[in-house]
Amino acid sequence: MPRVICDNERCLACKACEIACAVQHSAAKSLAGVFEEPPRVRVSRLPEARGLPLRCMQCEEAPCVMACMSGALQRDAETGLVKHDADKCVGCWMCVMVCPFGGVRPLRSRGVVTKCDLCEGEETPACVAACPTHALSVDETTAEEV
Amino acid sequence: MSDNSKKMRDPASQQALAAAKAAEMATALDRYEAQQPQCGFGQMGICCRNCNMGPCRIDPFGEGPQTGVCGATADTIVARNLLRMIAAGAAAHSDHGRDVAHTFLLMAKGEAKDYTITDELKLRQMAVEYGVEIEGKTSQEIALALGELALAEFGQQEGELKLAARAPEKRQQLWRNLGVMPRGIDREIVECMHRTHIGVDADYRNILRHGIRTALGDGWGGSMIATDLQDVMLGSPVPIRAKVNLGVLSKDKVNIVVHGHEPILSEMIVEAAREPEMLKLAEEKGAKGIQLSGLCCTANEVLMRQGIPVAGQFLQQELAIATGAVEAMIVDVQCLMPALADAARCFHTELITTSPKGRMPGVRHIEFDEEHALDVAREIVRAGIERFPQRRQESVNIPEHTMDLVAGFTAEYVFKLLGGRFRPSYRPLNNGIIEGRLRGVAGVVGCVNPNIQPVDSGHVEMVKELIRNDVLVVQTGCSAIACAKEGLMTPEAAFQYAGKGLQEICETVGIPPVLHVGSCVDNSRILIACSEMIREGGLGEDISDMPVAGAAPEWMSEKAVSIGMYVVGSGIFTVFGTPLPVGGSQAVYDYLTKEMVDEVGAGWAFEKDPVAAARLMIEHMNEKRAALKLRPMMYEPEKTTA
Repeated sequence: MPRVICDNERCLACKACEIACAVQHSAAKSLAGVFEEPPRVRVSRLPEARGLPLRCMQCEEAPCVMACMSGALQRDAETGLVKHDADKCVGCWMCVMVCPFGGVRPLRSRGVVTKCDLCEGEETPACVAACPTHALSVDETTAEEV
Repeated sequence: MSDNSKKMRDPASQQALAAAKAAEMATALDRYEAQQPQCGFGQMGICCRNCNMGPCRIDPFGEGPQTGVCGATADTIVARNLLRMIAAGAAAHSDHGRDVAHTFLLMAKGEAKDYTITDELKLRQMAVEYGVEIEGKTSQEIALALGELALAEFGQQEGELKLAARAPEKRQQLWRNLGVMPRGIDREIVECMHRTHIGVDADYRNILRHGIRTALGDGWGGSMIATDLQDVMLGSPVPIRAKVNLGVLSKDKVNIVVHGHEPILSEMIVEAAREPEMLKLAEEKGAKGIQLSGLCCTANEVLMRQGIPVAGQFLQQELAIATGAVEAMIVDVQCLMPALADAARCFHTELITTSPKGRMPGVRHIEFDEEHALDVAREIVRAGIERFPQRRQESVNIPEHTMDLVAGFTAEYVFKLLGGRFRPSYRPLNNGIIEGRLRGVAGVVGCVNPNIQPVDSGHVEMVKELIRNDVLVVQTGCSAIACAKEGLMTPEAAFQYAGKGLQEICETVGIPPVLHVGSCVDNSRILIACSEMIREGGLGEDISDMPVAGAAPEWMSEKAVSIGMYVVGSGIFTVFGTPLPVGGSQAVYDYLTKEMVDEVGAGWAFEKDPVAAARLMIEHMNEKRAALKLRPMMYEPEKTTA
């Protein structure tokens, strides 16, 4: 399944991915719009590595999909992505609680969650394109290949 | 509490951290946690924001961009960023020196009537150095001429700084040959900004050498002028007993805390707080008197000259407020956390800014004015007293802990002590080193930093290891406060922690094994002491020949970078705890740690473990001792217990 993976050795915790994600998901797709919605990737800390960008792993058996009572979170059989429909989301935060990767984030101001959509429609996800050390990349390996 | 003991070393701070938490007041330690992880590009120094084609970053893994848009390499960018840090640090110290020189001149003109000449001897000594005719002149006339010459050093464009002539002759010649003799104080700082502008200096060695020159202009210029003119005007310190740590705050008196760096105002506050009218007002408001205490370098200044107790170091500024017992905190410049404003709002504390250079939004500002210094000080003290009735005694939480210390050592005084009252001389100190009773002298200075936890341990553990190995330690700044809290600045500490040789010296002379020589600008005292040791003879011809070393185990400020550079530039091997932000350039790292040894006779080292860092300093001293063919150490301590 396609997803963003990280080489933790290379992450310098500069948080460029956070800014790029927020820009991409802003209405004007500009730096001025980064305050509209917090980024869907957040750089956290590992005991042995400098940084770890927390993001959705597009799980095949996604706990968030199973926990979602309104059906807002669904796995797209065609693309393999876990998709979120904000119109259906009721803001119960169950997905936030069950996600083992910290990939689903509550957007309190709107009462819904947000998660990585792999920048659908773009050739490369914004975080991957912005990563100055090439720590982030897209893993296209399908379930069958694994 | 157990958790807090991992954060800060001294029990008073641990208790105050708990009090801050109870008051829902965030501290620097909380904010440090919230900042994690911190950007690696910044830490390695490979982010350049000096023009609008950028910001540019170098990929340290070698796959991404290796130059900025303009073509600047990692070496260039790292060196430029370091130079800008030095410029900022030198600017801060030197602007402090300028303010002192300005006040000194106003005093000499009779326009700052609340200040007088307190050390006549030092005035005349300095006047002679500056070439002022002193025969038949009044002190006022001498001060006027000296003040004008000292102030002119800041704007001097050509020639050499006057006080650089205090360095050993060989050292001065080395600076001239390398082209790093400062021409003026401000000029070098301005040139840092020019060189680091887009498209100017791209040769990292050339950039870093200018860093040496700028820093020397701080150590042998701005900082030294600050120290010396303060001594003349406010009095040269002499050994004085005092107390340190948050426990110095009083339960029943008005607590006024002076915080920042310049003693010009705080000395006046000391005077105002002793006036009978003020004490009467305090009693009227229900207090049993006025308790002054200090934080950071302001604390060190009023400690050295007035014996005012020290509430704490840089990372205790918010904790002092968290005791709920501080009526007023008076700040001027440098190392003032903007977070103080929020902290003060959690309690009844009135935070007062006083410098036109340093204001905070929503905070009361009473502007200092040299010509009405005492009146301003009275207004400030009154503001503090008037807050006393608002103190909620039931929520006051002052830690019990205090520690005794002896401070007030200077380049002039400490060695008078060693030589006896009637034979002031550096000879006994030099002999102590030559005979192997003392291994050498180390200056352990600088900031405290939450990136070394428990805070203060970097200093305390390093200094204990040094004195155990018969190294006499001199300290300034927050480093001095950290070790004072641990009791290392009491004469008794010699018996508890020092090696046998150092113990013998301490016992004979009656000094602690760790000497408090003042504030950050007073690092200039250490440079002078080193020069005097060379002049006394027997330890080589240049500072770089001597078994001496410097360290800033918990450095954080740009001033520390400037200090480090002028100390190394003066020939003293120096260890910093966390590295300078130069990790992105092997070439710059090599220049600082290796090439500088060839160029100026000393280099930098970086070692986070304080005991390992102390070992580096001891090893360095051993090498220098061997090169000078000094006698073997009389007493070698047993292998490290740690």
